[in-house]
Formats: sequence, structure tokens, C-alpha cells
Amino acid sequence: MQQEVVLALLAKEPSHGYELRARLRQALGPLGEAMNDGQIYVTLTRMEKAGLVACEQAAGLPDRPDRKVYALTAAGQERVAGWLAEVSWPKPDLAEFHLKLIAAAAAGLADPLALVDAQRRELLRRLRDAQRAAMAEPDRSAAGLLLEGIVLRLQADLRWLETCERNWTVRRSK
Amino acid sequence: MTMIDGESVLRARGLRKEYGKGEALVRAVDEVSLDVAAGETVAVMGPSGCGKSTLLHLLGGLDRATGGEVWLAGQSLGRLGERALARLRRDAVGFVFQAFHLMDELTAAENVELPALLAGRSPRAARRRAAELLERIGLADRAGFLPAALSGGQRQRVAIARALVSDPLVVLADEPTGNLDSEATLEVLRLFESLHAAGQTLVIVTHDSRIAATAGRLISMRDGAFVDETRLTGGTTGNLGALAGLEG
Repeated sequence: MQQEVVLALLAKEPSHGYELRARLRQALGPLGEAMNDGQIYVTLTRMEKAGLVACEQAAGLPDRPDRKVYALTAAGQERVAGWLAEVSWPKPDLAEFHLKLIAAAAAGLADPLALVDAQRRELLRRLRDAQRAAMAEPDRSAAGLLLEGIVLRLQADLRWLETCERNWTVRRSK
Repeated sequence: MTMIDGESVLRARGLRKEYGKGEALVRAVDEVSLDVAAGETVAVMGPSGCGKSTLLHLLGGLDRATGGEVWLAGQSLGRLGERALARLRRDAVGFVFQAFHLMDELTAAENVELPALLAGRSPRAARRRAAELLERIGLADRAGFLPAALSGGQRQRVAIARALVSDPLVVLADEPTGNLDSEATLEVLRLFESLHAAGQTLVIVTHDSRIAATAGRLISMRDGAFVDETRLTGGTTGNLGALAGLEG
């Protein structure tokens, strides 16, 4: 888990680790299911050492081992503000597939159209998973919005594959 | 309508539709063969102009083929006269279109009732059936609304209810999410999913990969012909998080 994500979740109020975990779960829905619960504590400990969060031992209850309350330090707040202002976006990795088609065709190793078909089947399988998960979410849920993002990206990739298919059909018939 | 077990609800062999002549001859549908079993959801996908709408019109008896044959409920459409064809269409097929085609001056409930009334059901039976269907699509509270007062997704759901009012053997949908934003698309997909779960046979032609991904069987169409077929059965990839950039 990226440090800044955990820091930003703490910006609301000083919290226990399990409260942060619950907020993450809420935001991610079914996407958060595979998340390793220990990860958030590793991240918190690392950020404490870096002076981004301060940790206080709360008066504990015997049945609740998690007694640490974490709060943002001034440095932590600054980092969150910087992160919010930063413009970043995940990079799609299209070049690899594109070069695979070109190399396969040039060397006669494989039919590029067969590669496109295989790729399309895989993307459709993923789209089906994301779509099913989206259909199971209540209207306007936070996790539903994230799933919608996945669906739209996969649709864009599928459209590109359609273009690849058309293009390679023309090239092959020449 | 009832069917003999094991028979295809819908079957096409060597189906062709041609326009024009000589040099200007266009094969909109080119030797298409298809079997749709009861309870199946089949999506035919392809770019606009690939002939998928024409194909749907041939399958539903809205248009006559140039060659080849279509059997619906075991009857060959080409051998039926206009009257018998219209009757079969009315009783065995439910149509859903991209532009909804609801009657603007009728309420949601009246739109759904209309085909049942035209098929000769009593007004009371038609009203009861329409109410059931509106309940099923989650729009019972909008029964008295005119289409103009409904959202796009709601209008398409009403159009789907109308398609179901005569308990058709098969629902044929032409680009049903083409005019909808992604939230409304989700509403329609949920509805199709519940129809599928209830055993309704569905054939959907579309360029929307979202619909295609929810169908059990997906056929790709190019230049009037079927070029690929995929069955998206089996378990999930189980790694949704990775699709959103989350580590495992």
C-alpha cells in the first residue's frame, strides 16, 4: 500500500490501525478482499520511523490488543498536501503487446490475429469479472465507482484490439 | 409458447441478405448459420455496418432473407405468408431497440400492456401482466409516468418489459445500451442478467463489449459473416484488485 494513501486516510482524525483498514475496505469493496491486513501496520511503522506519523499508546482494553492510535505529524500533513496537488496517472503498457505483434509477424512465429484473439478473450474474461462485481454493488457505492473505472479502461483496451485486428487483417492480405 | 425439448429456439442456415445488383451488390449478411438453445444468452458483436442489425431483423422475421433459412419455434419463416409471419412474430418474439420506441402519449404501464391487448388478451389480464412486469423491473412506482418523465435507463427497462408481455420464446435486442450512459447501462445489464437467470432466451446484437462480456456466448461478426465464437464460462480470474493497480 502506498504510504500517501494511508497518510491521507489518517488526515480525518487520529485513528487505530483497524479503523484505517475498515475505511480502506469500505472504499475498495470486493477489490480490497485480497488485501493483506498486515501491510497497513508495516506501512504505519515505516512512516512512524520517517516522522510522518506519531503513535500514542491508548489506555487499552484487555480484549483489544490494537491499542496504538496514529496521528499525522506536521511533516505528514505536508506530504498529504503535496500528494493531493500532484498529478499522476498509471501508465498503460501497450508497447509490449504492440511489439509482440510486430515481432511475431516479422519472424513468422505466430499469426498476429491469433494473438489479438487470445488477448481479447482474456480482456473479456476480466471485463466479465469486473462487470459482475459492479452489478453486485449497490447504486453509488464507492467501490462501484472504482469498478466502473476498471470496466471503462478494459473497454478502451478492447477497442484498441479491434483497431489492431482491422489493421493486421489489411496487412496480412497484402 | 411451448417448445419441443432439445430443439433450438432459433436456427439459421446459410442466411444471406443482399442489397443492390452487379458491381454495387452488398452482402449485408453472408452465409450465417446459428443455433440458439432455450435459456441461452447470445451476444453478436461487431463494428457498426457489419450487418448485425440486418441479421437480427432476419432472425425476428422483420425482414425477408435473400437466401438461406430461419426457423423460429420450429417454423420456417420463409414459408410463412405475411399474416402468419406477423402472428408468429407477435407471439414468439420480443423486440428491444436502441431508441426504445415507446409511445410518447402512453404511460409506462399502457406501453407495456399494448402488445398484450393487440394479441387479444382481455384488458384486465393485460393490466395485471403489465403490473407484474413493472414490479419485476423495479418500476412499479413509475407505472403512471409518461416516457418523457423517465430516465433513459428507465425507458429502456419499460421497453424490455413490453418485449416480455407476451411471454416470448426469444427476446431480440438491437444495441439496447447504445443510447445509455454507464449507470443506465448497468441497470439494463442487471435486468438482462435476471432475465437470463429466469431462463429467458436472449439474442443481443451490440458493439458494447460490456454486454458481450456478460453473455454466455459471444459471436464476432465482420463484413456480414461470423468470424469468431467465444464461450465465457468457467470461474473468475479472481484478481480484481490487480486490475485497479492494487498489489495482492
